[in-house]
Amino acid sequence: MIKIVKYVIVDILRNKIVIAYTAFLLAISLSIFNLEDNTSKGLLSLLNIILIIIPLVSIIFSTIYVYNSSEFLELLVSQPLKRKNIWMSLFAGLAISLSFAFCIGAGIPIILYAASSTGFVMLGMGLILSIVFASVAMLSAVMIRDKAKGIGISILLWLYFSLLFDGMVLFILFQFEDYPLEKIMVAITAFNPIDLGRILILLKMDISAMMGYTGAIFRDFFGTGTGFFIALLVMLLWVAVPAWLSVRTFNRKDL
Amino acid sequence: MKKILLYALLFCTCFSLYANTIKVGRNENISTIAKGIALAANGDTVLVGPGLYKEHGLIVNKSILLKGANNPVIDGENKFEVVAITVSNVTIEGFTVINSGSSSVEDYAGIKIINSKNVIIRNNILQNNFFGIYSQHGTHCRIENNRISSTAVSEQLSGNGIHCWKSDSMYIIGNKMNGNRDGIYFEFVTNSVISRNESFKNVRYGLHFMFSNNDAYISNLFHNNGSGVAVMYSHGVSMIRNFFFENWGDAAYGLLLKEIADSYIDNNSFEKNTSGIVMEGASRIQVQRNSFNRNGTALRIQASCMDIDIKKNNFIGNTFDVSTNGSLVLNSFKGNFWDKYEGYDLNRDGIGDVPYRPVSLYSMIIEKNPPAMILFRSFMSSLLDKTERVLPGLTPEALKDDNPLMKPLKL
Amino acid sequence: MIIASNVSKKFKKLTVLENVSLNCIKGECIALIGPNGSGKTTLIKTILGMVVPDSGFITFNGRNILHDWKYRSHIGYMPQIGRYPDNMTIGQVLSMMKDIRAHKEKTFDEELIYAFGLNILLNKRMRTLSGGTRQKVSACLAFLFDPEVLILDEPTAGLDPLSSELLKDKIRKEKQKGKLIMITSHILSELDDLITQVIYMQEGKLVFHKNIDDLRKETGEQKLSKAIASVMIKK
Repeated sequence: MIKIVKYVIVDILRNKIVIAYTAFLLAISLSIFNLEDNTSKGLLSLLNIILIIIPLVSIIFSTIYVYNSSEFLELLVSQPLKRKNIWMSLFAGLAISLSFAFCIGAGIPIILYAASSTGFVMLGMGLILSIVFASVAMLSAVMIRDKAKGIGISILLWLYFSLLFDGMVLFILFQFEDYPLEKIMVAITAFNPIDLGRILILLKMDISAMMGYTGAIFRDFFGTGTGFFIALLVMLLWVAVPAWLSVRTFNRKDL
Repeated sequence: MKKILLYALLFCTCFSLYANTIKVGRNENISTIAKGIALAANGDTVLVGPGLYKEHGLIVNKSILLKGANNPVIDGENKFEVVAITVSNVTIEGFTVINSGSSSVEDYAGIKIINSKNVIIRNNILQNNFFGIYSQHGTHCRIENNRISSTAVSEQLSGNGIHCWKSDSMYIIGNKMNGNRDGIYFEFVTNSVISRNESFKNVRYGLHFMFSNNDAYISNLFHNNGSGVAVMYSHGVSMIRNFFFENWGDAAYGLLLKEIADSYIDNNSFEKNTSGIVMEGASRIQVQRNSFNRNGTALRIQASCMDIDIKKNNFIGNTFDVSTNGSLVLNSFKGNFWDKYEGYDLNRDGIGDVPYRPVSLYSMIIEKNPPAMILFRSFMSSLLDKTERVLPGLTPEALKDDNPLMKPLKL
Repeated sequence: MIIASNVSKKFKKLTVLENVSLNCIKGECIALIGPNGSGKTTLIKTILGMVVPDSGFITFNGRNILHDWKYRSHIGYMPQIGRYPDNMTIGQVLSMMKDIRAHKEKTFDEELIYAFGLNILLNKRMRTLSGGTRQKVSACLAFLFDPEVLILDEPTAGLDPLSSELLKDKIRKEKQKGKLIMITSHILSELDDLITQVIYMQEGKLVFHKNIDDLRKETGEQKLSKAIASVMIKK
């Protein structure tokens, strides 16, 4: 399996897009930290990149890559290899390359300019989000045979997670204003990995505000060791469940 | 007449020059402090040697210097008041006073000043008392360099570190208090100064003012208190060069101003508080040259405030700069530095050319619908804020700083 | 060696395999023939596990292939249209396959690589190759690991006559080693001298599975194409 991962990574690296993505992240992060005079404001700008750009690039790149590897998959499937291993190797290769790109592109500037707990949580969330969206991409690419349709679905999924979901939540918040929604809101965030990551970052970044009444409920849950652990577990589920579903589909898929 | 005065003065000096020193201790003839006080005359020194003295209800009714050598411990055995001062011109220093009684009817204290003037209480350690130092009708008293700590858990079952009631001209300097209900509590106290104290981890407030006019507190450090510092129903209070730090909690703030008027808040630093300053029904207050760093909300000004002058402050790294609960604005913001300001300065005079609106749309949404905090800093909320900046419609029109600074002030 | 029983497969509404059963024995050389779209390639893909049948099962050496993947190490497969990662070179594809199949003691059968002259094209990227050269690569890969079973899907389609002959020589050689060889082709004349068995498929159904000699006797035709044609006419 490691061998296949190696071939996937070599192939991704040969494909210049990941290198360009790394350079892009690096340029943006460095310029953010150099332009802003205080690092907390720099981290704030970086937060938007992590929550918007990372999922977008991860999901679209991964989807396209999976479609483009159909020949590779076909070749491997006729070989004495477990289908599960082939698919997981593809996923691992994508996850490793995207994480690596993020670590170089955003991780180095964060460590250089903002090596605080906020910085590290941000780094961790960026990594997990990269992998989550690679996993979601694997699922959408295996479910849909048509490439154009698959890429379209991936873009829609990204739009859903980064904007539509939040819009719906805001709508619910105002429709049911008179009900105590705080606890439900904590549960609802579990359905969106971007929100979950954002809240975990907020708890470090805006700790003072999160201590207030409005944030108290979130702090009480996410701020505790158990809460943080559960949130992290849910994030990992967001990696594992789509990946597992995609393996299941791939196992029965006709090539 | 003049001669008599002179003689009297001379007599006094001689008297104090030849004042007696009465030694109390395990190895002395006099083994209890009470006996020492009983044997002393006005102006004498009672010097208490080291050791544990289980003497409660000690009453200092003579103008003496009661001095502890090597921190003798007076233990109230959790039952009674430990030391009470009932005459003027008393100094108590160098003791460790522990375990006063506690009660829901009586205000038992470690050291209590009752109807006295010119009392000095300094360099004492007070531990586990209901009230630490209690002044009732004290005048011109100094409470200096004491270390007051307790293990309060709830507001009901605990007393204050330094409690002053109906007192005047008090000097409270260099004390350190923690674990009390309020670090320092003032009620009907006038013309007093609180300076260089550190008040932290108290259950309720670090400092609490009620109906206390014309006082000043300067260069104090308040941190990690239940809800910060509260100044209520007072006027003429000067708050200068204090440091309000990490007052975190559901309804915590660095400083609460409630129904106060004609006061100054100058050169203070508010850092990492849930709210920096909360103002309700405050009027005619100058807020100048303060720095607000990394608070949840730097300034919370209710619509019930008027003539608050917010000038030349630094607002850096706060989650929200200003929040309010209405559209009526009778206060002015001028020449502050806001790190969230995105305007420009074409004529290079250091002042931004477009006004800054410190109230963001999303902070108003959260004010109205608290659980919406969950979407803070999402793509959605940034989009709403950006739209509002371009087309202001919902945030208070008049709440703006017309001369925002381009660079932070050096404070 | 390979037994399929009642294998059926539908792609959405289209039935591509319907109750196909067959038994292939070591040493046989089977021609899988039938018109376009008769399900030949799908049948091969089900044997390789690339297509999962809706019902029925396939065993390889007595083991159901559904939850097994190791059996594929005994098979060399040459696809009808070989598709390879575009930006790999021929050399990289060959060495990757060698690497992945982790062939320990045995040496590789590189005869065809030299016969086709691929050894001088090793640095060419797959995307620059013509269809014929790709076919050559596919053929080389199928024979590379000296497998017991060879499944060749339209092996000579797209090859020039010379290469086609080279490949047939190779197949003949392997046949002599006693391997099971399964070939699909619709150019029937090619297969005359190679095969021992004929499987004829039509519209997803297996029409007959016969020994070539029996078939010749039955029809009295020597040429495979004529024999098939006469069978079809009878039916």
